[in-house]
Amino acid sequence: MSLSAVSVRQVSKTFARTRQPVHALHDVSLEIEAGEFFGLLGPNGAGKTTLISCMAGLCRQDAGSIHVLGHDTRSDYRAARRSLGVVPQELVFDPFFSVREILRLQSGYFGIKQNDAWIDELLSELDLSDKADHSMRSLSGGMKRRVLVAQALVHRPPVIILDEPTAGVDVALRQGLWHFIRRLNRDGHTIILTTHYLEEAEALCGRLALMRSGEICALEKTETLIRQFAKHRLTVRLSEGGFLPPLLAASAQALPDVERSWQWTLDELSDIESVLSALRESGCRLEDMSISPPDLETAFLKFMDNGVEETA
Amino acid sequence: MTEFLTLLRKELLRFWKVGFQTVCAPVLTALLYLMIFSQVLDNHVQVYGVRYTAFLIPGLVMMSVLQNAFANSSSSLIQSKITGNLVFVLLTPISNVQFFVAYLLAATIRGAVVGSGVLLATCWVGGLNLAEPLWILVFTLLGGALMGALGLIAGMWAEKFDQLAAFQNFLILPLTMLSGVFYSVQSLPAFWQELSRMNPLFYLIDGFRYGFFAVSDASPWLSFGVALGFTAVIGLLSFILLVRGYKLRT
Ligand SMILES: Nc1ncnc2c1ncn2[C@@H]1O[C@H](COP(=O)(O)OP(=O)(O)O)[C@@H](O)[C@H]1O
Ligand SMILES: [Mg+2]
Repeated sequence: MSLSAVSVRQVSKTFARTRQPVHALHDVSLEIEAGEFFGLLGPNGAGKTTLISCMAGLCRQDAGSIHVLGHDTRSDYRAARRSLGVVPQELVFDPFFSVREILRLQSGYFGIKQNDAWIDELLSELDLSDKADHSMRSLSGGMKRRVLVAQALVHRPPVIILDEPTAGVDVALRQGLWHFIRRLNRDGHTIILTTHYLEEAEALCGRLALMRSGEICALEKTETLIRQFAKHRLTVRLSEGGFLPPLLAASAQALPDVERSWQWTLDELSDIESVLSALRESGCRLEDMSISPPDLETAFLKFMDNGVEETA
Repeated sequence: MTEFLTLLRKELLRFWKVGFQTVCAPVLTALLYLMIFSQVLDNHVQVYGVRYTAFLIPGLVMMSVLQNAFANSSSSLIQSKITGNLVFVLLTPISNVQFFVAYLLAATIRGAVVGSGVLLATCWVGGLNLAEPLWILVFTLLGGALMGALGLIAGMWAEKFDQLAAFQNFLILPLTMLSGVFYSVQSLPAFWQELSRMNPLFYLIDGFRYGFFAVSDASPWLSFGVALGFTAVIGLLSFILLVRGYKLRT
C-alpha cells in the first residue's frame, strides 16, 4: 500500500466563538497521493483555508483526523509539520528582519543549522537574489509573496501547500511562480494548491476537489471535471409564428432578450443531431442557428452558485 | 536544539535591534526615579541603617527586571499575533516546551540586561554591597521567569494592544509600585503591611535586596519559597494555555 501524502478523514470544524456558529468544514474526507499536483477549488468562504490550516496544525478540527505522510497532525505534530511547507494566504511578514535573516531563522526553526546554499538557490529561483539583504518592510507585495514561498521551502518539505499564491500577483510573476512549482512537482514534491480560478487549476492540477460551504462536492481528475463544464451550446431562432412544442421546450432555455430564441446545453457535441431532428419532426422552421464553444469559467461559476444538481 | 536556539536568538534580536526603546529607555526611567527620590529623601531617611538612595537602587533594579521581562514576552507575542507572522513559528516542529522556555529565557535576559543597565547607571551613588550575590542571581532568574510567564499569558489573552496596555497599567504597574521598591514595608501602617505581604512581587524585591545588604523585611528563604511557588503556578498556567493553543491555534 502506498502512503498518502495527506489523508483527511471525516474532518469537521465549527467556529463557535462568532456571533453565529460557522460550520467551516463538514465531514470532509480526502486522500492525496504522494507526487500529485492537487487542486482545492472553491469560492471564497468555501473552507479551503480552514482545511489547509487543519493540515498544518494552525487550526484544530473538532472531529476526524489528518495524517501527513502517515504522521497524525495532533499526536505526532512535529513529524507532520516537518513534512509540510505552507505558503499562507495572507501576506504576512516580520518587519524586523531582512530577507536572508528571515530565511536563516526559518531554517533554524526546522533544525537546519547551515542552509545558505539552498537559500541562495531559492532566492535566485524566485528572482530575489538582489533583495537578499533588504528589509522585509521595503519589499513590494509580489516580492513578499515570493519570500513566503521561499520560507515554506527552506526545509525541502515533501508536501507543499500553497493557499491562493497568485492572488494579487501580476501575470509575469504568476507565470514564473507556476513554472517553479511545476518543477518542484516534477522533482517529486506533492503540491496542494488552493485557488478560486478554474483556469489556474486547469493549467496546473492533475486532480481537483471542488469545495463549497465546507463540503467537497466533486473530486475528479481535472480532465473529467473540466469535461463536465466543457459543454457546447446550441442556439436556434424560430421563424415568425413558430413555437416550440412543450416536450422540446423542457430541455431548452428561452433567451430572455431575443424573441423566439432557445438554447440547449449539450453534453456531447453529437447531441446536436437529436435536437435538430426533434425540431424537424415537430415541424419547426429555423430562421437562424449557431453553436457556441464551451465557456468554462461561466459554467464553473454557475456550478458554484447553484450546486451539483444543476450540472450533474 | 537548533530549533530552540534559533527561536531564542530571534526573540533576543527582536528587542536588541530596538535597544534604544527596550533597554535605554527603561534605564533612563529608573535613573529619573533615583534622582527625584534621592533628592527629596536622602538626607532624611535611612533604612536598615543604609542611606535611602543606596536602599532604593536594588528596588529600582528589580522593578526594571520585572517590568521588562513582562514587556518582552507579552509584546513579542501580541505583535506577532496581530501582524500574523506568528504562523512562521506555529508551522514549525518547535515543541511547546521549546517555545515556552525560549520565551521565558528571552524575557529573563531582557530583564537582566535592563536591570544590569540600571545598576551600572546608578552604582556611582555608592553604599551598595554585594553581600550575598547568589540571592541576587536567584531572585533575578525567578523574577524574570515569573514575569515572562505572566507576559505569555497576557500576550495570548490580549487581542489588541490596548487590552495589553490595560493588563500592564492595572495589574503589573500597581503590583510593582506597591511592592516595597521605594520603602521598607516595616515603615507602613499594619493594614498596608499585611496587604504588601500578599503581593508576590514584594518577596522578589525584598529577597533581591537581601542579596545586597544581608538585611530585609522577610527572611530570604521565605521570599524564595513564595517566589518559587508563584513562578511555578503562573508558569504551569501559561504552559497549559500554550499547549492548548489558547487564542494561538483556532
Ligand atoms: N478564525 C475564524 N473564526 C471564525 N470564522 C472563521 C474563521 N476562519 C474562517 N472562518 C469562516 O469559515 C468559513 C470558511 O473560511 P475559509 O476557510 O477562510 O474559506 P476559503 O479559504 O475557502 O475562502 C468562512 O465562512 C469564514 O468566515
Ligand atoms: Mg482562503
